[in-house]
Amino acid sequence: MSDLAIRLRRNGGFLAAIGLFAAFYLFYHANHPRGFSVPVLIQNVNEAFTLAMVAMAQTLPVLTGGLDLSVGAVMTLVNCLASEVLTGGPLELAFGILLCLLTGALCGFVNGCVVVFGRIQPIIATLATGAIYMGLALFIRPSPGGKVDGDLSWAATNDLYEIAATYGFAEGGDAAWFQPIAWIPTPLILLILVPLLFWLPFARSVTGRTVYAIGSGEGAAWMSGLAIGRARIAAFTLGGFFAGMGGLYLALQTSSGNADIPQAGAYTLNSIAAVVVGGVSLLGGVGTAVGALFGALVLRTISFNFRIFEIDPLLQPLIEGVVLLAAVSLGAVRVLRVKNTLELFR
Amino acid sequence: MTEVNEAGGAPHVSLRGVTKRYGGVTALEGVDFSCRLGSIHAVLGENGAGKSTLIKIMSGVVRPDEGEMRIAGAPVEFRHPAEANRAGIVCIFQELSLLPDLTVADNISIADPPRRFGLIDSRAQRRRAEALLARIGCEDVNPLLRVRDLPLSRRQMVEIAKALAKDPKVLILDEATSALTAADVERVFGVLRRLKAEGVSILTISHRMHEIEAVADMCSVFRNGRHVETFAQGARSAGQIVEMMIGREISAQFPPKPAPTPKPPVMETKGLSWEGRLNGIDLHVGKGEIVGLGGLDGQGQKELLLALFGVLKGVSGEVKVSGKPVRVRSPLEAKRAGIDMALIPEDRKTEGLLLPMSIADNLLVASLDRLSKGPFIDAKAAAAAVEDGIRRLRIKIGDAGDPVATLSGGNQQKVVIAKWLMTGPKTILLNDPTRGIDVGTKQEIYRLLRELADAGAAILFYSTDYEELIGCCDRVAVMYDGRVRAELEGDEITERNIVASALAMDAREAAE
Repeated sequence: MSDLAIRLRRNGGFLAAIGLFAAFYLFYHANHPRGFSVPVLIQNVNEAFTLAMVAMAQTLPVLTGGLDLSVGAVMTLVNCLASEVLTGGPLELAFGILLCLLTGALCGFVNGCVVVFGRIQPIIATLATGAIYMGLALFIRPSPGGKVDGDLSWAATNDLYEIAATYGFAEGGDAAWFQPIAWIPTPLILLILVPLLFWLPFARSVTGRTVYAIGSGEGAAWMSGLAIGRARIAAFTLGGFFAGMGGLYLALQTSSGNADIPQAGAYTLNSIAAVVVGGVSLLGGVGTAVGALFGALVLRTISFNFRIFEIDPLLQPLIEGVVLLAAVSLGAVRVLRVKNTLELFR
Repeated sequence: MTEVNEAGGAPHVSLRGVTKRYGGVTALEGVDFSCRLGSIHAVLGENGAGKSTLIKIMSGVVRPDEGEMRIAGAPVEFRHPAEANRAGIVCIFQELSLLPDLTVADNISIADPPRRFGLIDSRAQRRRAEALLARIGCEDVNPLLRVRDLPLSRRQMVEIAKALAKDPKVLILDEATSALTAADVERVFGVLRRLKAEGVSILTISHRMHEIEAVADMCSVFRNGRHVETFAQGARSAGQIVEMMIGREISAQFPPKPAPTPKPPVMETKGLSWEGRLNGIDLHVGKGEIVGLGGLDGQGQKELLLALFGVLKGVSGEVKVSGKPVRVRSPLEAKRAGIDMALIPEDRKTEGLLLPMSIADNLLVASLDRLSKGPFIDAKAAAAAVEDGIRRLRIKIGDAGDPVATLSGGNQQKVVIAKWLMTGPKTILLNDPTRGIDVGTKQEIYRLLRELADAGAAILFYSTDYEELIGCCDRVAVMYDGRVRAELEGDEITERNIVASALAMDAREAAE
């Protein structure tokens, strides 16, 4: 077998998610009255960004073989915090953003510590901590609202031209050299930068490798002399950081905070679905956060398609469920190819 | 180094008065033990003799309750395998420590991968894996493959490469050769001899006497948690060593074979083929007959057993049970009345046992349908069956309600065998059933197989140990490239003939 064939086979789930997303999204644009236009793209990325972050957040605990039921709550807590702190001068804003991201990471760190030192299974540990984070969110923001810096919000959720126009560089966005890139949606850049800056280095670090090792076989990882506890805490912390990133962006997008319990729950459940669609094994050890990101895009693209086909809202959950089931079943196709049934259980 | 040579190896690691207890069981008691640089030291003993605990203490997996350990004279206390690694002690464990979802290259460098700018340098990591694999003669393993996709024997070689990557001063091998082919064992021995010449201290645990004779220069025997004796290899006869290990003399290792008589076939195959791994197998096993499967590892022996047991899909060819053609599509169908097969699987930890469940539950799990009244398990019949199974195989247990994971390897294997005997099988398939098992239990298993055959069972038995095939089987089918290359019967079953057929040599060539 050639190296390429081995690599393709190893990343089958990830490639399937990209293929599925490409198919759904092209179909959407082809049927959209203003398909293949930048405004539609900007709107889509805005709507997908938070779920993409939460899906990446979910990937890390899942890689260690556990589920994190608190990702939606962490996202919501940071969202509410952002609606309090994202005001004032540039220095205050920078501090606010930093505070939001640190809060997300801290929530994840606490999750990790409870799991590692409390020796509690992640699913139940995060069910509890998630309720606590939700309580904190309600404490910060008992009713929806708050205030988010308008310029920042506008700049972050549009294209590069608007950033230049808002903050007055590149001649307010009109400089000739700036034109080729002026159309690019800011959230799209963020969507590429966040995995590039945070996920890829982590995946190639010793700690990241240890996270995969834990999910693949904790006993063997321990016997190989790996620092298991530290890697687990790091995984949850980075997960919290991604969830915080999602919450921060949601605040910028909606210019407000909302401690909405059903919404937090929906984000958590969708993050699990996204992770699976993106080729991450719920048993741990297999998959990447980039795959989960594409999984999230697949889920969002399904609802985009509902809009242009004006599907009855009452029918939407049913169809969504069927499509999700079909998408996940694609991952089960390998079962048909396996000739040694024992391998199904490994 | 000169000092080492003059002294014939200075004691490097030494244990003094080491005791370890697990609950009420004393695994090691007041053990004094040392091993020298530049030597290959074999540790022998039955399962439960304390060998595993000894190496777990040396490699930092468990801590002793009493006593001390010194390296080059300085006392050490390891809290973690990584600390032992840093002190130069690297262990290759019997339970594979590889991560199935990671690639071979990832696994080999797992503890200390090559880095660039703080991140893992996958290209350097791959080159390192290639170099180490080449060193142990495994150039055929692509470092990009996931360990999950390798056969067991290759995984073991990867495990050895991984240990070498840590540049050990003391290398411990716990049954590391038990899953290897004869050719790989030779390669590993070559590496061990080279390491020895470089001044590495090597400690090896093996149940194969001829391997110890081939490679070790010192031997230590353990029994019931105590260190019995240490002597230079060759100073004691094999008989004396076995006596030391089990504390009683044994007359013959294998039960006598009955005179060959024509036997009605219980199971026959014709042209059995699967996925290029089985290429038209014609074989029959008669009533009361033990047929061995020989040959190099990976020539389709395991696949043949799995195909018969309904684990493989897309098998072509014909299988007859008691003269009637059958098609077995799952283990469930294989054990049904009329087919009555049992398979003692290759890996007892994953395929044979439900480790967290009790001994009793494990014994019952294959025969639940026989022991139920309607949808419920008949508690009385189940208890009787459990007691019967434990007595029949002389399984040493505390309480049948204990998790099966608490038993020693040999007793765990007995549980697997007892579980299948409860189903009353007419055909018994065994996939290397004595791997990693102590001498005493091995002999009990040989005797049991003969008893079962005498009682009318047809037994098909794959073993990587030629001695076992020679001593146990009425007939040996040697496989090569998914075919039965030769069938040896009676006096023809000799190591020379098996090896010649395994290497696909003609009888003439072998004779020349």
